[in-house]
Amino acid sequence: MESSKLEFLTAKARQLRDDAIEMIGRFGVGHIGGVMSVMDALTVLYYDKAKVDPKNPKWNERDRVIMSKGHAGPAMYVVLGDLGFYPREWEKTLNLNGTNLPSHCDMQKTPGIDMTAGSLGQGLSVAVGMAEAARLDHNPATIYCIIGDGESQEGQIWEASMYAGSHHLDNLIVMLDYNKMQLDGKVADICDIAPPAEKWKSFGFDVQDIDGNDIEQIADAIDNAKARKGFAHMIVLNTIKGKGASFAEAASNCHSMSIPEELWRKETGRTE
Amino acid sequence: MTDEREIRQTLASALVEKARKDDRIVVLDADLMSCHATKVFKQEFPDRFFNVGIAEANMIGMAAGMSTFGKIPFTYSFAPFATRRCFDQIFISVAYAGLNVKMVGSEPGVAAEANGGTHMPFEDMAIMRSIPKMVCFEPTDATMMEKALDEIINYPSSVYIRMFRKKAAKIYDDTLDFHLGKAIELRDGSDVTLIASGIMVERALQAADELAGEGISAKVVNIHTWKPIDKEAIVAAAKKTGAIVTCENHNIFGGLGSAVAEVVVEKCPVPLKMVGVKDEFGQVGKNAYLSEVYGLTTADIVKAAKEAISRK
Repeated sequence: MESSKLEFLTAKARQLRDDAIEMIGRFGVGHIGGVMSVMDALTVLYYDKAKVDPKNPKWNERDRVIMSKGHAGPAMYVVLGDLGFYPREWEKTLNLNGTNLPSHCDMQKTPGIDMTAGSLGQGLSVAVGMAEAARLDHNPATIYCIIGDGESQEGQIWEASMYAGSHHLDNLIVMLDYNKMQLDGKVADICDIAPPAEKWKSFGFDVQDIDGNDIEQIADAIDNAKARKGFAHMIVLNTIKGKGASFAEAASNCHSMSIPEELWRKETGRTE
Repeated sequence: MTDEREIRQTLASALVEKARKDDRIVVLDADLMSCHATKVFKQEFPDRFFNVGIAEANMIGMAAGMSTFGKIPFTYSFAPFATRRCFDQIFISVAYAGLNVKMVGSEPGVAAEANGGTHMPFEDMAIMRSIPKMVCFEPTDATMMEKALDEIINYPSSVYIRMFRKKAAKIYDDTLDFHLGKAIELRDGSDVTLIASGIMVERALQAADELAGEGISAKVVNIHTWKPIDKEAIVAAAKKTGAIVTCENHNIFGGLGSAVAEVVVEKCPVPLKMVGVKDEFGQVGKNAYLSEVYGLTTADIVKAAKEAISRK
């Protein structure tokens, strides 16, 4: 990757993290851990790889991004707001009465959200259906779907994976946010999904196992996936839950945290 | 009189015909293609037919995803697996997301016969009726299924179709003027109204005959769309006859009896009796035997009608 692009994406990911810390902080509580861990992947997708048009969110040939771990809604919202999918004044309305930015992704409320999610395990099936529909229509869209590691305890993830693998949906790129933590503790202690790379390989996927907080690795992995035909794709993003929010990284469990005003202001250095 | 046509074959053939002119239509099945006669669709449109395997939750999610691309997916399974097995997927991925999927659940209630209690849904309409804006439809015969298809395809949101698969009693001919949500009066009467759906329509007509022999005039109304329900027809019937009997091949809890009672109690209270399954599970057996066991026979309707009238 060119150094100027890497510099831009790195700075953008930092800005988006601060935006998300502020967005959740203004409400006071939220799913900070899983929002931070996927931010590098979203940055690469929306500022480099995915074809989307903020002026035309329903553009038929756009790439789709399904945030199946729907509680990462704020991560999507800071990106979509930054790109101009919705009016800037919405940014301070997360979870407020009547908002268009609810904690979990809602395609009927937020322009640019391609699927409603929140009841875990469901988004990947929807992505599989989109991939089949795109293939049927000769629509060049790539379908990106971000799933969680805790979410992958849901059986439906494996129903969808079995289908995608056996039907060679090569326009589907799944990303696993493998931050190894879930609401109640470590994924490994509660119901381990390890080893994910081997699991998805055995389901017929083309699998890449990368540092999911490394922008260059993410970009390369997406390029590799798009170049390999005949397989559904899995990119295992080895991430750190809370990455880039020092208080979240330091917490024993940052799945959902209270974020008082002084904390988010200190973390972001934002005074306004 | 038994129909010459199976409802499943009628629907599958009609879907093929519609799909020739409407490339939005796709069909998904969960390893029950042979039970639903959907092979004809697969043969003509192999790219638009998706057998997802025994994975109903994934089927519903896939259909939701396809609908975001403007497809009109028809999903098929046996009614219990089409509804309760994947309730949350229907609720969230389809309904809450505002997407448009047409879901066929076959072998309602006692029609499941030898498949028994695991396959015998007395609750599918109650489940689907609890989902905001979900249209809940039970075709009475093949003619109605065929006539309903255009409206189902063009209805802007999701529809659940509770489909008896095989040859039902023939109630309608080609003159049927069908609209979703619009009840059909099959016979006028003045003493009691029998409101029936699905296989119970034929029995309600037989009950009306028997009642006529005893000098009781029964109006018979087919409510095929349990939601949105035809409130006007129910109120008009309550006002005219002053007593109502609901007849359903389903648990009365949350079913047609409940849906009619919700209207009657609020808009025009009259005595009401419910013929239907009373909080029971299914079991193996022939339709006729099970109908005796669960109180779904013509005699049960006649008895309920007399009781309702006596409470006027």
